[in-house]
Amino acid sequence: MNPFHYTRVEDSPAAIAAIGHDGRARFVAGGTNILDLMKIYVEEPTLLVDINRLPLATIEQRGDSVLIGALARMSDVATDATVRRLFPMVASALEASASPQLRNMASMGGNLMQRTRCSYFRDTATPCNKRAPGSGCGALGGENRMNAVLGTSEHCIATHASDVAVPLMALDAVLHVAGAHGTRDVPLRDFYLLPGNAPQIETVLVHGELITGISVPVVPFASRSTYLKVRDRAHYEFALASAAVALDITGGMIQNARIALGGVATIPWRAREAERMLVNAPATRASFQRAAEAALSGAHGHGKNDYKIVLAKRTLVRALEMVATS
Amino acid sequence: MDDPKPPGGMTRSQFVARTSASAIALQVTAGLPAGAQDNPAAPAGSGMPVVLNVNGTDHRLSLDPRVTLLDALRDHLALTGTKKGCDQGTCGACTVLVNGRRIDSCLTLAVMHAGDTIATIEGLARGEALHPLQAAFIKHDAFQCGYCTSGQIMSCVGMANEKHSLDRETVQAQMSGNICRCGCYPHIVDAVLDWGGTS
Repeated sequence: MNPFHYTRVEDSPAAIAAIGHDGRARFVAGGTNILDLMKIYVEEPTLLVDINRLPLATIEQRGDSVLIGALARMSDVATDATVRRLFPMVASALEASASPQLRNMASMGGNLMQRTRCSYFRDTATPCNKRAPGSGCGALGGENRMNAVLGTSEHCIATHASDVAVPLMALDAVLHVAGAHGTRDVPLRDFYLLPGNAPQIETVLVHGELITGISVPVVPFASRSTYLKVRDRAHYEFALASAAVALDITGGMIQNARIALGGVATIPWRAREAERMLVNAPATRASFQRAAEAALSGAHGHGKNDYKIVLAKRTLVRALEMVATS
Repeated sequence: MDDPKPPGGMTRSQFVARTSASAIALQVTAGLPAGAQDNPAAPAGSGMPVVLNVNGTDHRLSLDPRVTLLDALRDHLALTGTKKGCDQGTCGACTVLVNGRRIDSCLTLAVMHAGDTIATIEGLARGEALHPLQAAFIKHDAFQCGYCTSGQIMSCVGMANEKHSLDRETVQAQMSGNICRCGCYPHIVDAVLDWGGTS
């Protein structure tokens, strides 16, 4: 990696002051993503601001939502009793992520900020509009088996890699953000940006803003939910397709549904049309298949990832069946 | 050169013990694994003072911020039991405990660990008395080349701290962050189940 300066801070104002106006300064928490990217020269920060000592690691219920501190580690959230009771799909998404070692390191805020695993993004010898704007997209027409089929543009088909962002999207989580000009709340649905013609801009955060926490509204029926992840091996692998599903079923009829997809889109993908189709429908395979068709109706394959369109539908149907029969 | 086929009746570990001299010779000619020489040299004047507590001992070091915890252990403290495999958080060979939790030491900076309690494979045995998990690995022949073994054992100790119920399926899932290229997984799981997670 390139030489950089390192500083450790104790609170959010100090972190925001330290990061300053240097566009190449970065916050570091778990380090599992940024250090990896620094070793392959995809990230070349001038300064790392270590935020691990900020008091932002608690998980607590506050009224009708659960506040997860941005520095809570993935493993802490996965084992938290409140999270497991209220949001099983959040816990199962975390348990399906990375390895036990990485889950002990990686923070929740960092998880939401992680970069794509697209092999062209990670290889500085190849073109990538996200890493080097204007250089082209190697994945279009290239090795795109792992790439996205939803939310793509002619400039980028990189998949968003987070698992836990998928159920958080389904639950309408809200991010708490601090910056030089104060704090603001950003609904997760507004946080991620589609690649469009500027795939290098991935979120609405501006330089120097810091995620301090994640509020997850208590959706009563989310206690009946799951996260189903399909991948090349049973553990420690990124999703080929995944689905976060919560269902409210009374007397065999679906009253309410929350659905988001992972592994197939450029951002964690909320499937609102599929949700609407399930409301007042019987909890049957036929209903689930119609919803899955709707969820993937806008999907486009790029050759080697065409299979994801079929796989994502089947993943969603199976996840819906798992929740309906639970 | 003589055919190194083990004589009949000898177990693999006995064979390995008796042929260790040739194994060492092989290691020298084969050189270090990829990435092992990749430690960034600290440019003059860029060292940061940091105290690392490793296996109960404080070490005062001056480190370039680029030095990972893994490289600090291996290259600055000569604790080479912790191995560098992939150097990108994929293989688990570099697993150590920080404040009792298992982590990949290749994906964290040494300067981030002032004040932390770090435990490596060198701290497990008590003198000549092996940690029961180390003994279980030998009993069950839970390694072949041995390169991943330190990480496997430290990951097991960390797993025990996490209070899982250690059945075969759970061990397989919870040890998925440690890759064994020799494919000793069934024996590793046997060793863990025999040990039972009580240290």
